[in-house]
Amino acid sequence: MSGKEPLLSPKNLRLLTDPLARNNPVTVLVLGICSALAVTVKLEPSIVMAISVIIVTAFSNLVISLMRNYIPPRIRIIVQLVVIAAMVIIVDQVLKAYAYNVSKQLSVFVGLIITNCIIMGRLEAFALGNKPWPAFLDGVGNGAGYGFILIVVAFFRELLGSGTLLGYPVLEKIGLYKTGYVNNGMMILPPMALITLGIIIWVQRSRNKDLIES
Amino acid sequence: MENLANIFVKSIFIDNMIFAYFLGMCSYLAVSKTVKTSTGLGVAVIFVLGFTVPVNYLIENYLLKPGAMQWLSPKLASVDLSFLSFIMFIAVIASMVQLVEMVIEKFSPALYSSLGIFLPLIAVNCAILGGSLFMQERQYQSIAEATAFGLGSGVGWFLAIVGIAAIREKIRYSNIPAPLRGLGITFIITGLMGIAFMSFMGIKL
Repeated sequence: MSGKEPLLSPKNLRLLTDPLARNNPVTVLVLGICSALAVTVKLEPSIVMAISVIIVTAFSNLVISLMRNYIPPRIRIIVQLVVIAAMVIIVDQVLKAYAYNVSKQLSVFVGLIITNCIIMGRLEAFALGNKPWPAFLDGVGNGAGYGFILIVVAFFRELLGSGTLLGYPVLEKIGLYKTGYVNNGMMILPPMALITLGIIIWVQRSRNKDLIES
Repeated sequence: MENLANIFVKSIFIDNMIFAYFLGMCSYLAVSKTVKTSTGLGVAVIFVLGFTVPVNYLIENYLLKPGAMQWLSPKLASVDLSFLSFIMFIAVIASMVQLVEMVIEKFSPALYSSLGIFLPLIAVNCAILGGSLFMQERQYQSIAEATAFGLGSGVGWFLAIVGIAAIREKIRYSNIPAPLRGLGITFIITGLMGIAFMSFMGIKL
């Protein structure tokens, strides 16, 4: 597959970086919102979630791409679901074994990676028609694009809501509370995740005019 | 009975699938442009959740849980298949969706033609799998409780999507800042609706 072109040729590199901004799966293609928001109260579970999604998208893309010539088109959805579910089970078991507390915090949302539309979408749109290596990169790129949004939302929600980052009391250390600052308890509540994401989309689209909907 | 009503109302208003857990957002955002289509999808979701949660409840309690297979033979008492739950649940959901589709087609062609296109979509709706996973996590005591939870979650999702569709129909001609049009404003409105729904918190029946 990489006999003629180098492993990270410009074309392949674009597969990796495009989903981070211009084709971001969350803010532009509106995929995978389901699980994106509920885990973003704190930074730590969001990072774990981001890594899990990157792993699942990358490897299920790789596996489906390897099998793409053998899957009968009529039953491809079931085959894809089985592959994704198997990947998610592996990730879930690893999390339970090595990061039990985070796995408890994420609760059902690890399982919900199965129905994350990003993964199905990339399998349908890319892995079924491309060679394994580009498919793998595409998976990493899209997982990272999703993870990026997750981490940005979580950063603001944890900083403004609890005044900490990864559990470290940032605002207390710089002495903001002495000036009368109070944490915004609203940011911890679920609806604020939606509003934060709405604002991120606003910022992104006002910087990038061709994304604006008519 | 009281308990069932409690679970039902709680899953509609307090633990609303959309406003509290953001489940099923993909189709919620994609299909909520008009009230008519979103009503169709909402009814289909109630249907499928009402079916799959009790079925998965039976599977969880008689096949997967540690010691659940005891009813087959005492030797199987130590078998723990709970790591298989994701794959079992999604298989049940995919086949139930297919089954529900065939049953509706047979007995109510009118309903089928209005739901038709939405039913296959539902197999990958996070709200459906989420319903089963929450059922597993919260360990409901009986199949009736699981059914009440499934139906309630479906009704909650239905309310949310019909509500947002109605609002989106109204704001179509409003003067929204260009970069916020479409997706951005929908998120913010959903957030505001979520804040409104939070006022139901603390209700005890």
